[in-house]
Amino acid sequence: MSAFGVTRTTLVKDLRMEWRSKDAINSMLFFSLLVVVIFSFAFNPTAEESRVIAGGLIWVAVLFAAVVALNQTWAHELRNQVLDAYRVSPAPPNALFLAKALGNFLFVVILEALMAPLFVVFYQLRSVGPLWQLVVVTLLGTWALVVNGTFFAALSIRTRSREIMLPLILFPISIPAVLAMVDATTTILSGEGTPEFWMKMLLVYDVVFTMVCLLLFESVLNAE
Amino acid sequence: MKPVSVLFIVFTLALLGFSTYQALVVAPTEQTMGEVQRIFYYHAPTAWVAGLCFFANFLASVAYLLRRNSNADALAAASAEVGVVFCTIVLITGPIWARPVWGIWWTWDARLTTTLVLWLIYVGYLILRRFATGSQTQTLAAVVAIFGFVDVPIVYMSIRWFRTQHPSPVIGGGENSGLDPAMWHAFLWNLLAFTCVGIIFVTARYRLQKLEDQVEAEHARLALERSMR
Repeated sequence: MSAFGVTRTTLVKDLRMEWRSKDAINSMLFFSLLVVVIFSFAFNPTAEESRVIAGGLIWVAVLFAAVVALNQTWAHELRNQVLDAYRVSPAPPNALFLAKALGNFLFVVILEALMAPLFVVFYQLRSVGPLWQLVVVTLLGTWALVVNGTFFAALSIRTRSREIMLPLILFPISIPAVLAMVDATTTILSGEGTPEFWMKMLLVYDVVFTMVCLLLFESVLNAE
Repeated sequence: MKPVSVLFIVFTLALLGFSTYQALVVAPTEQTMGEVQRIFYYHAPTAWVAGLCFFANFLASVAYLLRRNSNADALAAASAEVGVVFCTIVLITGPIWARPVWGIWWTWDARLTTTLVLWLIYVGYLILRRFATGSQTQTLAAVVAIFGFVDVPIVYMSIRWFRTQHPSPVIGGGENSGLDPAMWHAFLWNLLAFTCVGIIFVTARYRLQKLEDQVEAEHARLALERSMR
């Protein structure tokens, strides 16, 4: 099977599993809903304030929620030694990685699409800047979180306390991406200044870390 | 311990004494900042050693992934640990100086923030080394080290942009404004002394790591032998 075939088959398999169980989406959705509610109690913002802090709120909620789903990414493959079978098969490791990353990307984008109306309702949000920029920032930012998240999830299932390890490595590495996402989102929402630098920054981050992930995934998969 | 090591440690101790004398007595007192400026002779050299350690960690990690040599991994582990210690000293001495001079303990300026993120990344790295089990620790750690190293310039770039957009509360200061020759003198002596201290720490930690690896291998061998019986 070609690399593309492997990616497609794995992706379709993951999507079908998610469609039937809806585990990842449901847990992420409920988790981020909780984060939104707790934040609104913790900060009790007025409409004016919420415009300023919304960028941060949205992305922190997404970041925390994504970790919930990312931790489950490789858990299916541990059952019945699927991952070991994959290692001995001639299929290219990066095809598997890309399928997992794309699957997570889709899940998190769906989560964001479902969460957006909630934010509008709870925080009286209204974008002053152009909406298409918000979409671009969302897609770039989500990939930034998900590509490294998928990678570090593969790494942390090999450690003693799986669930804890992922955020401990993912969060420090993601700091520039989070900064860029939050600032770009705040800039667009408030309509003050231009988010171009941050969008370029996210693009650079995405390209650099996608390459690093693809370069190193084989070592992680085959780590003995 | 080999005589060369003993000699080097004695030399470093003497050097440290001399450089401390240079920093605390010989170097002139700074006019506006006063005595507190002398912390610079410790702050900057420790930052330098931390940087060296993290760079050594990166090189050793790449070497490990290419060669699968456990010596490279031991060096990576040793340099990351010593790097975190020195980075912690930098993060502590910085605010002690900043409080009287800037009037604040901390500011989210590019260099400060990058140092903090660097520290966070390598603490994560050390935790991973703790949590990972068996021989795969080495590969996983090397992979994370490369991620961390790639991340640092991006962090610096992003924070610089972030902070240049808003006026920063940092006024003047820093070593860029030119040092008195006597200050340079004290600074360079301390730089040399702390680099030697860093080398001693990393070497000692490296040997310890090798011993730990040996003990672990021996345990594994004994367990195997017992199970065969």
